[in-house]
Amino acid sequence: MFLNNFLLNITANMDGWELFKNSLWPMIQGGIKYTIPLTLISFALGLIVALLLAVMRLSNRFYFTFPARAIVSAIRGTPLLVQLSIVFYGLPSLGLVIDPFPSAIIAFTLNVGAYASEIIRASILSIPKGQWEAAYTIGMGYPKALRRIVLPQAARVSIPPLSNTFISLVKDTSLASLILVTELFRKAQEIAAVTYDFMLLYLEAALLYWVICFILSIIQDRVESRLERYVAK
Amino acid sequence: MFLSVKDLTKSFGDLTVLKNINLDIEKGKIVTIIGPSGSGKTTLLRCFNALETPDQGIFSFDDGMTVDFSKKLTTKETIALRRKSGMVFQSYNLFPHKTALENVTEGPLIVQKRPKKEVLELAKSLLTKVGLEDKMDLYPHQLSGGQQQRVGIARALAIQPKLMLFDEPTSALDPELVGEVLKVIKDLANEGWTMVIVTHELKFAYEISDEILFIDGGHIIEQGPPEEVLNAPKKERTKQFLKRVLEY
Repeated sequence: MFLNNFLLNITANMDGWELFKNSLWPMIQGGIKYTIPLTLISFALGLIVALLLAVMRLSNRFYFTFPARAIVSAIRGTPLLVQLSIVFYGLPSLGLVIDPFPSAIIAFTLNVGAYASEIIRASILSIPKGQWEAAYTIGMGYPKALRRIVLPQAARVSIPPLSNTFISLVKDTSLASLILVTELFRKAQEIAAVTYDFMLLYLEAALLYWVICFILSIIQDRVESRLERYVAK
Repeated sequence: MFLSVKDLTKSFGDLTVLKNINLDIEKGKIVTIIGPSGSGKTTLLRCFNALETPDQGIFSFDDGMTVDFSKKLTTKETIALRRKSGMVFQSYNLFPHKTALENVTEGPLIVQKRPKKEVLELAKSLLTKVGLEDKMDLYPHQLSGGQQQRVGIARALAIQPKLMLFDEPTSALDPELVGEVLKVIKDLANEGWTMVIVTHELKFAYEISDEILFIDGGHIIEQGPPEEVLNAPKKERTKQFLKRVLEY
């Protein structure tokens, strides 16, 4: 309703600046309601999947390593847009209809999970063997040594590459526009479809993504320096 | 007899690093293992807490526990074996994200789940014993090598083991820091701890040990009280080794 009125308004010949100002809020709303929640939820769930996959791959039992390798390979080897389409447009033909937003969550979670699992695996491997051994000699088993001794140190190593994944994810959520999630970019498309001012509106969308990512990279720096506090400089 | 080791053998692929080692460790005695690098001395030490898994061999403890390495150890057996000993590493291996105090409390508090108040008291008394009462809240990177190694000793003592294992505890230290760590180990010796020490410090070994094992090529070449092994070695191989080491 609001949007329709609004579109009527802005189509009544406005200059570029007016259009920019008037379309800003709907796009920010798309960001707040969809882009950001989609990113945060997928990333959080994705990290859980990633940790699981990483630990499976580090196991020495093939019935853990094989499925983990297969999943990571399949997800890394196929385009995200195809994965989204399979979940949203493909699964209904098997009788499984999922709404756009949860569909996007599922696809992004798996995608982040696969990429981040390699990062987490590598950072676990980067922790010296002596740390595991010291944990074992004070009586810890594998799960406790992993959780209390190795992962906190691996987390520090993995923050920079995980931040990259996170920032990529923010931008990748624009693909959800293609499965009808009215996130930031979809809003831009909807407005552009009426005003035909593609250049302005897509640049505006680009600017908004940039602002989000810029803020995130500041947060990343903060988190990194916090985790560095126990490391010799 | 605290621990009797029978027929311990360990190989890495084709390379046999320990061949049919037999050894008795008496309660309250200090056994020092010396030998050239690659002789298998660290591997032997690491078998005592299953950081290395021997291919065969039997440990019999005085409390009736036996561990037979010819069968694969269960997780429970491995943990029970590790519970017996505290380990001090050459490179300290302190947890860098935990303070000195947290390094020491980690075992008794998190693994053994003993009451927090009791554990804090224990940890503080151990850190005081190793002379670090004013460093408890520092992180490992804020401590010198000697201080880190003393935290390592306190951490190993905190799990209240029956046996203390030292793997070249002073090899990574600057020469002027060696003394402070050896002093702590001597204090433990005077308290009657049972200890197995791998070291290159022959003078220290001479002063502290009840028994010295000279190992080369995975065999015990010579063993006995320090006066015999270090002052009057019988085997040619031992003489050669001591001559080379003492030439410095």
